[in-house]
Amino acid sequence: MTSPPLVALDREALRQHMADGASRMGIATWDLGITCGNDTSVQVDRGEPKQLKARQSTTAMVRVWNGQGLVGITSTNDLSPPGLTAALSGAQQASAFGDAQSPPRLSPQARDPLTPLHHQPRQPALPMQTLLERLLDAERQVLNSHPAISTVPYNGLAQAQRERLYINSAGALRRQSTTTASLWLYPRAEEAGRKPRSAGAVRLAPGVDALDLEGCIAEATERTISHLDYAPIDTGVYTVCFCPEAFLDLLWAFGSMVNAQAVLDGISLSQRNSLGSQVASPLLTVADDARHPRHVAAPEFDGEGTPTRRLPLIERGHLRHFLHSEGTARAFADGSVATGHANMGAKVTLSPQWLDVEGQRGDSSLSCESSSGVVLVDSLSALHAGVKASQGSFSLPFDGWLLSGGERRSIEAATVAGDIRSTLQRIVACEGDPQCTPSGRSPHIWVEGLTITGEA
Amino acid sequence: MPSLCLDAPAASRLDQRWRSRLEELLSVGMGAGADLVEIFVERDDQLNVLAEQERITSVSPALGCGAGIRVFKGHCDGFAATNDLGGPALLTALEQALGMLGLGRSAGASGWQGLAELRDYGSGKEQWLKSCPTVPDSAERLREVTAALARHGRHLQARRASYARDWQEVLVAASDGTFARDLRLHQTTGLTLLAADGDYRASIGRRDGRADDPDFLAHWPVEDVAMSACESAGRMLYADVVKAGDYPVVLANRFGGVIFHEACGHLLETTQVERGSTPFADKLGKAIAHPAVTAIDEGLSDNNFGSLAMDDEGMAPQRTVLIQDGVLQRFLSDRAGAMRTGHPRTGSGRRQNHGFAAASRMRNTFIAPGPHKPAELIGSIDHGLYCKQMGGGSVGPTGQFNFAVEEAYWIENGCLREDKPVKGATLIGDAVTVLPRISMCADDDALAAGFCGSVSGSVYVTVGQPHIKVDRMTVGGR
Repeated sequence: MTSPPLVALDREALRQHMADGASRMGIATWDLGITCGNDTSVQVDRGEPKQLKARQSTTAMVRVWNGQGLVGITSTNDLSPPGLTAALSGAQQASAFGDAQSPPRLSPQARDPLTPLHHQPRQPALPMQTLLERLLDAERQVLNSHPAISTVPYNGLAQAQRERLYINSAGALRRQSTTTASLWLYPRAEEAGRKPRSAGAVRLAPGVDALDLEGCIAEATERTISHLDYAPIDTGVYTVCFCPEAFLDLLWAFGSMVNAQAVLDGISLSQRNSLGSQVASPLLTVADDARHPRHVAAPEFDGEGTPTRRLPLIERGHLRHFLHSEGTARAFADGSVATGHANMGAKVTLSPQWLDVEGQRGDSSLSCESSSGVVLVDSLSALHAGVKASQGSFSLPFDGWLLSGGERRSIEAATVAGDIRSTLQRIVACEGDPQCTPSGRSPHIWVEGLTITGEA
Repeated sequence: MPSLCLDAPAASRLDQRWRSRLEELLSVGMGAGADLVEIFVERDDQLNVLAEQERITSVSPALGCGAGIRVFKGHCDGFAATNDLGGPALLTALEQALGMLGLGRSAGASGWQGLAELRDYGSGKEQWLKSCPTVPDSAERLREVTAALARHGRHLQARRASYARDWQEVLVAASDGTFARDLRLHQTTGLTLLAADGDYRASIGRRDGRADDPDFLAHWPVEDVAMSACESAGRMLYADVVKAGDYPVVLANRFGGVIFHEACGHLLETTQVERGSTPFADKLGKAIAHPAVTAIDEGLSDNNFGSLAMDDEGMAPQRTVLIQDGVLQRFLSDRAGAMRTGHPRTGSGRRQNHGFAAASRMRNTFIAPGPHKPAELIGSIDHGLYCKQMGGGSVGPTGQFNFAVEEAYWIENGCLREDKPVKGATLIGDAVTVLPRISMCADDDALAAGFCGSVSGSVYVTVGQPHIKVDRMTVGGR
């Protein structure tokens, strides 16, 4: 059915084909973003292989600018010459409907020198049998860790190879190859007459051999076991300590606060003139750092070909920068430049890459080891449903513990609710060194005055 | 302006001409010692259009194709996906899936009997794609919506309307002889608005969707939907945040059905039975809900968002009674679920696309109507919450569910207090506890289109119910 593909991500062949096709169609300006991937994963069930998967995938996005400067786009997963020609043609047709008011342009930074990321060399893919053996061993260790743990219903060991390519008609050419591996273990534990409990752990690394399997096993079992002895919590207002992963999840959910496109669209809690204003406690500093050494598969460039970089967002509580694409930087007309956070599209969108939270200690009397009557939020759930980013409100189920003199008692079921603006202002302490997670790093963040609803 | 039509050439069609190629692959798989081999081939043509205020800000067409090959041996399966439909790539994918299970190509004949006659559910649907709205038509429709929002709303800071079309051609072939083809069309519309007045903010969303109806967009009741959304925004803008606590709750019909979807439906998929993560695994024939509750999942009804002519394993869908008068009757099962749990297939094997192995998933899932009027439910409550519009929700690995309430009002002394709107509510609980508390069902059942994300990706579903009363629920708030 399909013609032979161009040699997998052969830059020159792709560029030549695009240039020839564009020339034939009278298209002077275009760009092309491609992601190719090879993924393999295994899943097990109580000592037996359950499902093994492999996936080869390609996603290509073609943008063209017509004579009026309007943009059209088409995506395809067919990189054969006819497939790319069809995409070019589709994008050309779509350009007739491009947004005349704020059409994007090619990023002027797409040809800037790029500093390669050398800290994460590609790792070789391991045979599926090796993945299977390691996951079976991990599952066995989890099942043997406690008599209440009888299954690990959600588990997997996966590895992926990615090739990204960005080419445009102005001569830009970016290419990056990455590898990732991930392990996730979510045991389920149940004791007679009690509700089942579950928690889990995830690890990410450039390759399977670099995965912290033992750490993942230990964390998954310890967290699950820690929730076996649970009790309901009284509904009320509490001082809450967010574990690093939970706080980062909250920040990600309200990423529109620092998103210039959301500001222009009127759906951000921030406005153009919000830069410099105090949006959080002076204890809080947040940067976005795609190139952080602990960011697995860190991207060297974004969807517009703009190099990624570290970008201060909040410094000692003050809003310092927005995430910008080429188009938003131009629209702001205040000297802003693209920051390396753009996703290619008919309408360019923006998203953080990897958040780096630092904090000052603040109230040193607050401590996970000694505080009482406070709630430690381990992980948040249902952020897609419980966060109203444009309103600023959240009401989220969570797993966590009630602290009493440093002792932890699991909370049966509860939600934490608040407004992100007041939550950030009410940060009263940042405890411990920042801990790395797949989405960033953060210390434990203490917030006073949040409402906890316990299930009766 | 040109109309966008990215239909692939006729030579690319997935039909009878694929028989010999698929039989060759299946024969190789069976010759290697597989218990069963299944091949899912698709191509799709999608279009997304977005209007913001008075402008069209995004037109995004997408073309795709690919195949997923699944090999079963014992209770294990290997799955390989590729978006290269060339013969060598498909053979490589098959060998990859075989290799996962320790199976290799054999030089001997498999003795396999071949595919059955093609069951072509796609006949008569060939013109659907060309009959869908053009980009100018859909753009004009979306501008009508944002204009209607501007007319009806106050304090509106952002107005968005969207249209999405997903056309898919699928071919399923399996070594048990299954050979089936279908054409599918799903279209959705959505609108979101943000009202803001000083520190007061309210974001309201509406979504609709329909399967296999090229005229869907033309029939979208633009004025009604815009007026309803603006009315909600006006009420919710200055609404108090709900006070947390335990209350009797009345859930409105249509999207209120998300509670059953999250609280119970997922736990009745054999995917959950396999994992040992449903409390209902050993409850067939036993009461798990209040006798007022009868719940059904079906894929047959015309044009509903979760309806299918065949599932993604080539099986015609069924009407599956899950719970009858509170008693558990059936689980939803796919091919792997039937093999691993013994529960017979129900035509519920679904996947987002070729990149996912099919799994047991819901289709159109709803609580059946009861004998009451909605006013009777409200009239039975002294102090409680009326949840008019629901947001999304989820269920965790221990059966704990949650979902957000977009628009709610207090009920006081048996009366709905529309002058007392509240926002910021999240309902939480677990299925075992809440199902027996659904004590009253009204007679006004209705469905709502939605998307469901799970192990086999995002699939089109409907949720539904009449107004129902839950005697007590935990309401998260402030």
